[in-house]
Amino acid sequence: MATPSLDQLQRGRRARITRIDGDDSLVQRLMEMGLLEGEEVEVVGFAPMGDPMEVRLGDYRLSLRRVEAARVHVEPL
Amino acid sequence: MPPLHRPTAALVGNPNTGKTTLFNALSGLRQRVGNYPGVTVETKKGQMCCGGQTFDVIDLPGTYSLAPRSPDEMVAVDVVLGCQKGEARPDVVVSIVDASNLDRNLYLTTQTLELGVPVVVALNMVDVAESQGIRIDADRLGRQLGVTVVPIQANKGKGLDVLRGAIAGAVIDRKTPKGPPFPEAFEREVEALHEVVGRDTPDFLVRRLLLDVGGYTEKRMVDRLGPDVAERVRSGRARLASAGCPAPAVEARTRYSWIRQATAGCVQRPDKRVVTWTDRIDKVLTHKVWGTLVFLVVMFVVFESIFTVADPLMKGIDHGKDWLTDGLRGLMPAGPLTGLLLDGVLGGVGTVLVFIPQILILFGFIAVLEDCGYMARAAFLMDKLMSRCGLSGKSFIPMLSSVACAIPGIMAARVIENRRDRLTTILTAPLMSCSARLPVYVLLIGAFLSPPRFPIWTPGLVMFLMYCIGLVVAPLVALALKRTLLRGETPAFVMEMPLYKVPSLRTVVRRMVDSGWAFVFRAGTLILASMVLVWALMYFPRVEPDGRLYDEHYAQLRKTSEEMRDGAGESPTREQQEAIEKTENDANTLQGEWQRQSVLGRMGQAIEPEVRPLGWDWRIGMAALASFPAREVVVGTLGVIYNEGQVDPDEVQHAEHVGDTRLARAMQQATWDGTDRKVYTAPVALSLMVFFALCCQCASTLAVMRRETRSWGWPAFTFTYMTVLAYVGALAVYQIGSLF
Repeated sequence: MATPSLDQLQRGRRARITRIDGDDSLVQRLMEMGLLEGEEVEVVGFAPMGDPMEVRLGDYRLSLRRVEAARVHVEPL
Repeated sequence: MPPLHRPTAALVGNPNTGKTTLFNALSGLRQRVGNYPGVTVETKKGQMCCGGQTFDVIDLPGTYSLAPRSPDEMVAVDVVLGCQKGEARPDVVVSIVDASNLDRNLYLTTQTLELGVPVVVALNMVDVAESQGIRIDADRLGRQLGVTVVPIQANKGKGLDVLRGAIAGAVIDRKTPKGPPFPEAFEREVEALHEVVGRDTPDFLVRRLLLDVGGYTEKRMVDRLGPDVAERVRSGRARLASAGCPAPAVEARTRYSWIRQATAGCVQRPDKRVVTWTDRIDKVLTHKVWGTLVFLVVMFVVFESIFTVADPLMKGIDHGKDWLTDGLRGLMPAGPLTGLLLDGVLGGVGTVLVFIPQILILFGFIAVLEDCGYMARAAFLMDKLMSRCGLSGKSFIPMLSSVACAIPGIMAARVIENRRDRLTTILTAPLMSCSARLPVYVLLIGAFLSPPRFPIWTPGLVMFLMYCIGLVVAPLVALALKRTLLRGETPAFVMEMPLYKVPSLRTVVRRMVDSGWAFVFRAGTLILASMVLVWALMYFPRVEPDGRLYDEHYAQLRKTSEEMRDGAGESPTREQQEAIEKTENDANTLQGEWQRQSVLGRMGQAIEPEVRPLGWDWRIGMAALASFPAREVVVGTLGVIYNEGQVDPDEVQHAEHVGDTRLARAMQQATWDGTDRKVYTAPVALSLMVFFALCCQCASTLAVMRRETRSWGWPAFTFTYMTVLAYVGALAVYQIGSLF
């Protein structure tokens, strides 16, 4: 069952993180910044050329590249 | 019993939490910068007074986690563990957290709880949190975390006395807190691994070894203990994964669930999220259209201010130097000492000082943009573009600064955390067309590429193309570097977009002053040395064929011509005018002869075979050599070589018709030695300009590069590759241009 990833969501959508692919330093970084299973995120927008994207997570905002966001699988709310 | 030695406090915290403000507030002006060998990260050290005792404070670089992924990040970990040579182990760690962002900030705090030293939490920005409806019970939070939590507002100086008291108290109590409890399976693996690496390794590092897949701890252990360690770590991680607590996820899960428990009941949040000013502003600033527009306007303002504000100041400094030099020259006897003092030392000091207005203004802007939070948005908007060159959005501002002057650009590259990206940015910054190249362009375009010989649009087009050369070549070189020398894993771009805030004047001014000083003292010495060297190479030998000294003879001629001018008064007769001009011409001719037979002149003649394929004769080669300290020097040197005396680049740049200035005319008439063939043709002018576009004739830039990269190798590499590029470029342009 393929769940959508964060980079596939549209602006304004909210979702809950279901899992994060991989165990490398990128994943560690994503987790350090608060992107964990069970967390709720909201897609704020995309940069002019479509990349990177900005998400809101709790009390703060993060920007990340689409290729990084593709590791974060979500369940749209 | 209070400790007998001077206790040390280490300050850790996320970026954008006001850590620097707190550090400045605690240590005042008693600060110094520390360097560690082998890394480019700088730590700031200061002193503060807590509970009647003087403490050393170390401000560690802002970070989101103590999981080291590079030698730079490893230094911070080594310092807090007391493993860094020459550093005492901190007696207390002060973990500064942003109250409006508590959970994520506490992640780092939970790591500090495992270091085995007392911890005090400074809960900063409580006012910002309250404006979002977030209320925190600091005492309760402290009880649940097991440490003292002190609410503060660092920028207003509130709560600092209580904090100082808490720090002093923590050192006396010596209570070491405990971090979140990890799953048993994890603790078992840590134990097993601890046996393997040796009991003298700190517990914290063993945990990092297990958790940080591909991290720096693993690399260092393998270097020290061999590949066996890697195998043990791998099998340990495999066991953890099958036990349901894989690395690195187990860390984040453990910490955040503990944080959630610890903050339960301590933090009140509003039911509905409050829309902040940041949300409103960002709607515009990160908008596809409006955001880009605002960004362009901001960049334009920064540039304009350099040209309108910095320029007059720089001219002022230049003229001041000239006034001083000329005045002193009249008072001192001609001779090597005078020359050394006036042309070498004062010239060098002048060159250093002339950069200050530009550097201060650019740094002021960069500091304001960073402090208010806009930098992250700029990096966000520009990331895609920079990715095409193998870099990230964070490189944009440094590269853009370099279009005005590479020096602030290179210094601004510090914000780039990834070492390879930072280095690539630094190494390609000098290619961005800086403003010092302008006098050369103006002179050559005005003299050789203008009407009436060329159509009216030629000067504008050529100038534009010259600028473009740098803007096109720099990204290409960056890409090449990232594919070869500086190849490596693409660093994660994940970046926090901090809340907007009004920039603090104190912080901005402090950063401006710090970078100004840093430039003057660190880079200044090298610049001075190179100016003195070039002066010496152009001064010696100083004996004329008939035994007179060039220096004295020249000074005499100039004195005579000045006296003649004064004597002739307001309206000299034709004979008087002719006599004055003859004396001045004699002086200039003598100076030209002196330079030609100097060491540098002979070097120019020696390299003539090498530069002839570029269409240059030895005079041009000599001018290029002489301009090593600073590009603008080439105009003055050309002036001397063509017996027009020291031409002021400013006068050339702002002349009505450059083609009519004396230097331009002299160059237009110049022929190859012993022939009638003109030296300067359009292809030659172009090849000279292309050379200057691509070369690194700027000792200041190299000096700053040396300071930022902490090695001589990188500046040497940059000088070499840029000179090669410049040579090849000039060669291609001349050879192809000559075909037409």
